[in-house]
Amino acid sequence: MLALSDFLVLAAVLFCISVVGIFINRKNLIVLLMCIELMLLAVNLNFVAFSHFSGNIAGQVFVFFILTVAAAEAAIGLAILVVLFRNKRNINVEQLDALKG
Amino acid sequence: MNLANLHLLLPEIFVLSMACVILLVDAYWRKCLHGIAYQLSQATLVGALLFTAFISVKEPVIALSGTFVWDSMAKVLKLFIYVITFTVFLYSRQYLIDRNLFKGEFFVLGLFAMAGMMVMVSAHHFLTLYLGLELLSLSLYAMVAMHRDSAQASEAAMKYFVLGALASGMLLYGMSIIYGLTGSLDLTTIAGVIAENKIEPMLLKFGLVFILIGLAFKLGAVPFHMWLPDVYQGAPTAVTLFISSAPKLAAFAMLMRLLVEGLGSLNVDWQGMLLFLSVLSMALGNIVAIAQTNVKRMLAYSTISHVGFLLLGMLTAKEAGYAAAMFYTMVYTLMSLGAFGLLLLLSHAGFEAENLNDFKGLNRRQPWYALIMMIVVLSMAGVPPMLGFWAKWSVLSQVVAGGFMWLAVLAVLFSVIGAFYYLRIIKLMYFDAPTDNAPVLKPSADIHWALTLNGMVILVLGVLPESLMTVCRVALS
Amino acid sequence: MENIYLTIVLAPLIGAIIAGLFSVSRQTAHRITVTGVALSCLLSVYVFKLMVLDGAKPFDGAVYTWLASGNIQFEIGFLIDSLSAVMMVVVTFVSLMVHIYTIGYMADDEHIWPHDSLSAKNSYQRFFSYISLFTFSMLTLVMSNNFLQLFFGWEAVGLVSYLLIGFWFHRETAVYANLKAFLVNRVGDFGFLLGIAAIFLYFGNLHYADVFSNADALAHITIQILPNQEWSLMSVICILLFIGAMGKSAQVPLHVWLPDSMEGPTPISALIHAATMVTAGIFMVSRMSPLYELSETALSFILVIGALTALFMGFLGLVQNDIKRVVAYSTLSQLGYMTVALGASAYNAAIFHLMTHAFFKSLLFLGAGSVIIAMHHEQDMRKMGGLRKYLPITYWTSLIGSLALIGFPMFSGFFSKDAIIEAVHHAERAGAGFAYFAVVAGVFITALYSFRMFFLVFHGKERMDKHTREHLHEPANVVTWPLIALAVPSVVIGAIALGPMLYQGLFHNVIFIAEAHNPFPMAHYQGVWGFLIHGLTQWPFFLAMAGVATAATLYWRGFTHIPAQIQARLSWLHTLLVNKYGFDDFNEKVFAGGSRALGIFLWQVGDVKLIDNGMVNGSANTVGRIAQKIRHVQTGYLYHYAFAMIIGLLFLLGWFVHAA
Repeated sequence: MLALSDFLVLAAVLFCISVVGIFINRKNLIVLLMCIELMLLAVNLNFVAFSHFSGNIAGQVFVFFILTVAAAEAAIGLAILVVLFRNKRNINVEQLDALKG
Repeated sequence: MNLANLHLLLPEIFVLSMACVILLVDAYWRKCLHGIAYQLSQATLVGALLFTAFISVKEPVIALSGTFVWDSMAKVLKLFIYVITFTVFLYSRQYLIDRNLFKGEFFVLGLFAMAGMMVMVSAHHFLTLYLGLELLSLSLYAMVAMHRDSAQASEAAMKYFVLGALASGMLLYGMSIIYGLTGSLDLTTIAGVIAENKIEPMLLKFGLVFILIGLAFKLGAVPFHMWLPDVYQGAPTAVTLFISSAPKLAAFAMLMRLLVEGLGSLNVDWQGMLLFLSVLSMALGNIVAIAQTNVKRMLAYSTISHVGFLLLGMLTAKEAGYAAAMFYTMVYTLMSLGAFGLLLLLSHAGFEAENLNDFKGLNRRQPWYALIMMIVVLSMAGVPPMLGFWAKWSVLSQVVAGGFMWLAVLAVLFSVIGAFYYLRIIKLMYFDAPTDNAPVLKPSADIHWALTLNGMVILVLGVLPESLMTVCRVALS
Repeated sequence: MENIYLTIVLAPLIGAIIAGLFSVSRQTAHRITVTGVALSCLLSVYVFKLMVLDGAKPFDGAVYTWLASGNIQFEIGFLIDSLSAVMMVVVTFVSLMVHIYTIGYMADDEHIWPHDSLSAKNSYQRFFSYISLFTFSMLTLVMSNNFLQLFFGWEAVGLVSYLLIGFWFHRETAVYANLKAFLVNRVGDFGFLLGIAAIFLYFGNLHYADVFSNADALAHITIQILPNQEWSLMSVICILLFIGAMGKSAQVPLHVWLPDSMEGPTPISALIHAATMVTAGIFMVSRMSPLYELSETALSFILVIGALTALFMGFLGLVQNDIKRVVAYSTLSQLGYMTVALGASAYNAAIFHLMTHAFFKSLLFLGAGSVIIAMHHEQDMRKMGGLRKYLPITYWTSLIGSLALIGFPMFSGFFSKDAIIEAVHHAERAGAGFAYFAVVAGVFITALYSFRMFFLVFHGKERMDKHTREHLHEPANVVTWPLIALAVPSVVIGAIALGPMLYQGLFHNVIFIAEAHNPFPMAHYQGVWGFLIHGLTQWPFFLAMAGVATAATLYWRGFTHIPAQIQARLSWLHTLLVNKYGFDDFNEKVFAGGSRALGIFLWQVGDVKLIDNGMVNGSANTVGRIAQKIRHVQTGYLYHYAFAMIIGLLFLLGWFVHAA
């Protein structure tokens, strides 16, 4: 039987992986979008686990909303990515440095 | 589900439905009814204002199964948000027409963003708070990228998007921790459970830090400010104007709802954290602004320093301090409106006014606008009798009353450093010769009068500051 | 009622704003301002009826909270009682007369300005805007119920006075004069502000009623300003406040600005520098009587200063040749009389004289202005003479004004001046002996210089040139009517107000006089006739008559060659008087020269070397360099931004979670 702590540790590990992914990745922007998805999933895991172990359904409802928002977020993220590619002809994170200082 | 108080949602419902209607109308009749989206949007704002103004409820009401709250703070902030958004649309019109962006998207997205702000202002539940925040943020990401042929704008949008998603991920993570600890998403219940002191404080603090980061990001407090200068600079000025004004009010409401209403018992902890954010923001904002040559970027750093000041009011953890912070936020939006409004005005077809040198000799070209800009800039620097002085004064007096004398001294010191780059604008406008023969712009009458009114409000309320301060004090009591 | 009070104050302000800021025509400008002031005047009369005739309860209340800081509220409020009601009527009535008079006086003002001057185009509107603004400021001052608003009014009248003295700013002398008035008043205001600050420090409040009710409790407190010197708090506060009054009401040695203020147009000399603003100091001290009664020292100080002003400024009037300057010195001397009354605890007599003086002095000034218009802006009395037949109305009204001024029996000045002399006679504090001598001797001097001017202007040989003589005629109705309207109260107001103001307790509970000090107990009141008959048997009456007779012999008929001989014999005295006892030279050399030298020193050494090059530029450069370094933290790379957020997260987690 899995304990609550197992889920929490897994979620924390996933969260850390996604955060680290955001600042270690220096090449492809799409990986960043994937990291963001991963982060939201980690949070979802947290919510579901808490909800299950406390018997409170609200957390699972929250997860549905997060999933919906994540879908919208991905749509907008990809749209911005397309615009960026049109303008710059690449999606390299390292070349995203016109604005600085 | 309890639908008894559904009428309290009328303004939100109205704004959302109108946004959808405008989307459709614009899609079908864009060609034949030029500017219809703009007119309908402004009408929507006026309608929402009337709806909100006519809902009068004496005591705070919590509706819709505890997710939505209607209190005087929500009412005042919503009314203020409508007025600010109305002015933003008004100032932006000519700029958008010149750049072929005068389409439904700007206004529809603006209205959606505003609906998000309204939800945030009235949220009484983690879920509503999160949804409101995302509705606002997603609309803003899209607005920043709206200028599709601008590499700068798309870069800014990308940065904003990634960092914003990171921040909201952290906020959510914090929310999930608090949910797990308290077993509830409802702010009242959460506050009640925490007040019983049965939960391990370290875990609560762990959740609090994540939530605070979400808030700090939205406000743009150091070190979660990195997106702010790039987005301010990269976005079309009309969008910068929008981002820099109304959302700050919503962010203030979010601070109040989460930290004060939800996690109020943890005030000792978040006081320390806000102190840290506040000092860093004032220091970095004011110092780095000096090195800027781009006005939009400079104003971004100035925003960061203003956020530091706003947090000073919050960290006193007293009602008078919150009122001072609210006053500060309102005043900041008014000043930001004026400053970016003038930038919009000075930009014309094929030319973006965004360098400090574009202000050179403005007094000789357009003395009236130079005067308004001077009022705005002096107010930002906190020179009496402008409104900005009273904003700083009310916050500082609360800080001193709270016993943080050294903090007040530090804040004044940073304001003095900040005065340098504000006064530089005045010097450029009044004492330097114009660099090129820029044309004398004749804005349409409504923009002219709106800007004039904007400047006069800063001056006149500065002479009679008690009125607005009383509004804030009453709204929070 | 509050709305009425607000209207009284705001009507002139609105007039001023419309006339000043909107480019209205000349006609609109004077119509709107005259209407505003007339409205104020009517309502003031109504308030006067309620407060004084019907004896309504005084009103003391706030209309707007300007600022709240902790427990301290700074409010805009009104205190309306018999004292403020009297002041309001005097101010608005004289102001209304001056407004009307100005329509005539400024009618061809644009010819005074240099050719093509832009400022000439709207000088007429500007002038009306200023005098209406002045009325607003003066009303705020007298109607205030707290020290802060009093200070606002105090500074606002000072500002308008500055603007109006320098109204013809193309003249170098006018600019010099307004700067001088401004600087001298700063000295006084400095004391005034310190006094208010001391009140705030010790009473914790700026509201009159609260301060007065706590005054007794603080009466015996002493403070140390210099080490080992115990000073009575009340004396320090009262003297500081009085220093403010010395500036505004032109008492020695801060009187030097008033004669120079005659550079302004004549209507404002009448309104501001004779009837109203300069009496603000007198009003203020009367208003503060509960404080002043507690300090014998301060009252003695006031008494001596007033006596010096009353006597020595009178002498200067004897040697002036400019018609307005004679009146100006007589104003100084009369202000001295009022101050003496204050020093003798006869606050009600001071207000009484203030009121009568406001009428007859503005009458004299406007009369002088009428002469000046007729003479085409010639002000030198040596070029006048025999104007009686050309300007009959001006002649008779000026005669009434002069008789009132010298205290001719049954004229208003007779009652108020005799009341002051009586009060000083009965006063028993230090300096009262000298003060009594000064005010009695002053009566002779007053009569002498007043009628010297009167005879030189209206009688004797016609000394003007032919061109001027041909164009001599009485000015327009708008000029002469105010003269007549002012002449009436100049005659009758003294007899009417004598009883109520001095003996019958009109100012009961408003002006506080310790029982032992009261010079006018009800028991001594014998009615107007009794007062008159008593006055006819006293020194001052004979001295005034002697003064008139002397003036008549020396400047009209008889020994008109004698003044020149006296001047030749006593040339040192004449030089002393013409140089105004050297006050101006002294100020010019010591204060102005000294501060200029100090300023140059501080500028070159302190400012340029130390502050500019060292501190300001030094620290600015340092901050600038730091800024240039720090901005590179913002690299532009997304992963650095995210990294900064993570660092922030880890720091907050580490510090706050771990530390617990």
